[in-house]
This record gives sequence, C-alpha cells and structure tokens, in this order.
Amino acid sequence: MLDAEFIRARILEALPGSEVEVRDYTGTGDHYEARVVSPDFTGKAMVQQHQLVYAPLQQWLKSGELHALALKTYSPEQWKKLGTR
Amino acid sequence: MTPELKARLEQETRSHKIVLFMKGNALFPQCGFSARALQLLQPLGQVHTVDVLADPEIRQGIKDFTNWPTIPQIFINGQFVGGSDILMELAERGELADLVAGKSPA
Repeated sequence: MLDAEFIRARILEALPGSEVEVRDYTGTGDHYEARVVSPDFTGKAMVQQHQLVYAPLQQWLKSGELHALALKTYSPEQWKKLGTR
Repeated sequence: MTPELKARLEQETRSHKIVLFMKGNALFPQCGFSARALQLLQPLGQVHTVDVLADPEIRQGIKDFTNWPTIPQIFINGQFVGGSDILMELAERGELADLVAGKSPA
C-alpha cells in the first residue's frame, strides 16, 4: 500500500523545489489528493501541470495501487494571487 | 493510431470553439462527469459534443491523441484543456471564460 509520504517523495523528485502536500482523503490508502506549488508550472496550462505530477506516479496509477489522485496545482505566482484574493 | 484517425481527431477538435468528448450526448449524458463538464461549458457558448460511446475507435483514439486516460475531454479553441476536474478548477478560479475568449495562455 502506498502512503502519502511515498507519493510526496516521488513528486518532489520529479519537481525539485516545489511545495507538496498529500492527503489520503478516504483513509483507504488508494485515494489521495495533492496540492503542488512548483516553479516548473509557470506559464504552463493546468493540464500540463497535472501531467508533470502524474508522470512520476504513472506505474502506480497504471497498476491501480493508486486509484485516484486529485490535484490542485499552482505556479508560485498563481498561489500568491490566490492568497491575496 | 492510423493517420486517418489522427487527421479525423485533429479536424474534430478544431471544428468548434468548444468541443466536448463525452459519454452520451447533450440531451442524454451517460456519465456524471460528462454531465458536469457539459453544465460548466454550456453557459460559455455553443458546445459541440462527440459521443465516444457511439464510436469505439474515437473512444480509445482520443485518449491516445491527448495522452490523457479518461473521458470527458475538453478542447477550447483547438487546445486540449483537460478533464472534468481541471474544468471545475478553472471555473472556480474564474479562468474558464478567459480561456474561451482566448485571453489566457492555453
């Protein structure tokens, strides 16, 4: 079974310098949600941002061990804007 | 993917301002996520829907075309936007209307 810390580590490996928070929202170890703020997201469409996060987790998503990963992704600029809104 | 299918998908995704690949059609959506996507898009203009259940070749083809594993899939101004989660998030952030107007970087 995957845990939140494992998922967080895989995302951080792929997107160094990002801020990552992962939560198991069903308590069953296969449905997670993550918030990722990364400088790599700047200027990218949301779908590209999501694909960057899914990429290092592909094998677990394919195997079904990770059934769902709901994402909220932000560039540092988008995150800042959200905080001041 | 055959070149014919790729050409067909390219043509379809660029045929209208808003294109939704969904399960079912606008009158009878066959999946909650498809229905939700439709609800979010309809206020923004005319939505051209493609029923993937009616055509297995399109159903698999669109996933290969975008490298995105799920239906629904949304295209705005010919650009792949994502699935229903991304659409909801864009709507929440108030960026969806801008995208349709061609204001945001796609």
